Amino acid sequence: MLNQLTISELSAKLVGREVSAREAVQSCLDQIARVDGKIHAFISHDAADALAQADAADKLFSQNGGNETRPLLGMPIAVKDVLAVKNQPLNCGSKILGKFISPYDATAVEKLKAAGAIVFGRLNMDEFAMGSSTENSAFGVTRNPWDTTRIPGGSSGGSAAAVAADECIASLGSDTGGSIRQPAALCGVVGLKPTYGRVSRYGLVAFASSLDQIGPFARNVSDAATLLGVLSGLDLRDSTSVPQPVPNYTAALDGNIKGLKLGLPKEYMVGGLDAEVKAAVDAAVKKFQELGAEIVEISLPHTDYAVATYYIIATAEASANLARFDGIRYGARVEGNDPAELYSRTRGAGFGAEVKRRIILGTYVLSSGYYDAYYLRAQKVRTLIRNDFLKAFEKVDAIVTPTTPTAAFKIGEKSGDPLQMYLSDIFTISCNLAGICGISIPCGFTKNPRLPVGLQLLGKPFGEETLLKIAHAYEQSTGWHKEKPPLPAGA
Amino acid sequence: MAATEIDIQYVAHLARISLTPDEEKKLAAQLGGILGYIEKLKELDVTNVEPTAHAVPMVNVTRADEVRPSLPHEDALRNAPKQVNGLFIVPKIVE
Repeated sequence: MLNQLTISELSAKLVGREVSAREAVQSCLDQIARVDGKIHAFISHDAADALAQADAADKLFSQNGGNETRPLLGMPIAVKDVLAVKNQPLNCGSKILGKFISPYDATAVEKLKAAGAIVFGRLNMDEFAMGSSTENSAFGVTRNPWDTTRIPGGSSGGSAAAVAADECIASLGSDTGGSIRQPAALCGVVGLKPTYGRVSRYGLVAFASSLDQIGPFARNVSDAATLLGVLSGLDLRDSTSVPQPVPNYTAALDGNIKGLKLGLPKEYMVGGLDAEVKAAVDAAVKKFQELGAEIVEISLPHTDYAVATYYIIATAEASANLARFDGIRYGARVEGNDPAELYSRTRGAGFGAEVKRRIILGTYVLSSGYYDAYYLRAQKVRTLIRNDFLKAFEKVDAIVTPTTPTAAFKIGEKSGDPLQMYLSDIFTISCNLAGICGISIPCGFTKNPRLPVGLQLLGKPFGEETLLKIAHAYEQSTGWHKEKPPLPAGA
Repeated sequence: MAATEIDIQYVAHLARISLTPDEEKKLAAQLGGILGYIEKLKELDVTNVEPTAHAVPMVNVTRADEVRPSLPHEDALRNAPKQVNGLFIVPKIVE
């Protein structure tokens, strides 16, 4: 069952010519055929193209023998429907892009391909990455592999579910307020949001440009580290990517976290936190102590203002970014008698309810007379939130929190109440506002029903090495990441 | 936490989104609730706090002004809903 392997396991088999890339891709395609009718992680996938890429990889393996150095050669990796992959569809989970075909590769995709990966499939997501449950997709809901009556989280729900259900070896998603970490937690996989500027956003359809980051979903921390190494680095096509050297992230994974200081923010262990989630996080904290880390109570006093700040800044930026979907240059068009009527009709028909809600909220907070009261004030509170973290990082190496207040909720449970849905992101949102890095790793299960619980680690700006080291040490001493959802795995 | 009134028709016009009367009604109620929640930011004193537009402060990012490959004309037009002679077709703008 090659589709169940980690990157390092499959890579060893491929390099040793024990198996072919074609067999690896075929095992993922077989798993998709077996389970995706139930999970619906993929909006679509181009099997012929994936197999052609596999054959090209196999050719390289036979030409270069044991000297092959591309770290991801032959690795089947699927991507969220928000990233441009040349000659493949791109819909952002929306109707408004119509039959759009990407004319170019996103930098992240280009880097995966250069590293040898087989980039395939369009993974389901909340429309334009707006949502926490993948219920806002124009292509139907994705279901949680651990319990198909529940949501997989969002907005990168397809990316998390596909890795959890063994439909690909790893995947890419994007995180604006938790959209990698939250679904990773709810599906029981590893999800990493790099520091703002670490990974180029070129070819990532913009939601909120000052918050968006691309990051990997993987079966373990080591695979996430391998992928981050491939994805990171300065890109002249994204002026917000940062000219910071890219370390060897996997080399940092030595299991030794003795003497590292981990902060426990008192503001995160209150109200609305499920008892079983709390118990799992408490147990993880104990494990960190056993491993020699020092636990320090810290305070992030502006935590309670993060959701409100986020929903002003993110919607304001979205209202500007999504202005480009006007039916003129690409996507679906509804005709009108003049351009304004064409725009309004196209956007009225093309956008779903949540996207309309956020564009209108964002337009309102930027509109004349409200800018200072909402948008400018939110930017100032963002400074306070960021300062909370920078101050905390003077004392600690990383911060430990639950990723989500509860395990996966039921499909339909929160979809009628946008504010309740927004509040489910309470632990993940600050990280994006502060521009720091964060990872979610599996840290246990609820009892009945048995659902994964995620542990969030937050690190200093460009502190991914330390973050991954801590996550890896915990993972290796527990083994929660090895648990598999109750799905047919194939022969 | 009084629900804030929002002129949905006006804002929807600014956003160039046509809404059905049903959508207008629903959105007005939901946005009223969300804006009510957002009011909590007014509890904070933000005098003398600088706004953050980007978490990683970088200014005047420039690159050398050199000709580099860009998207070919036909690729840029490939997804257009309507095109003729290498141009996007739009409704008449000037009478």
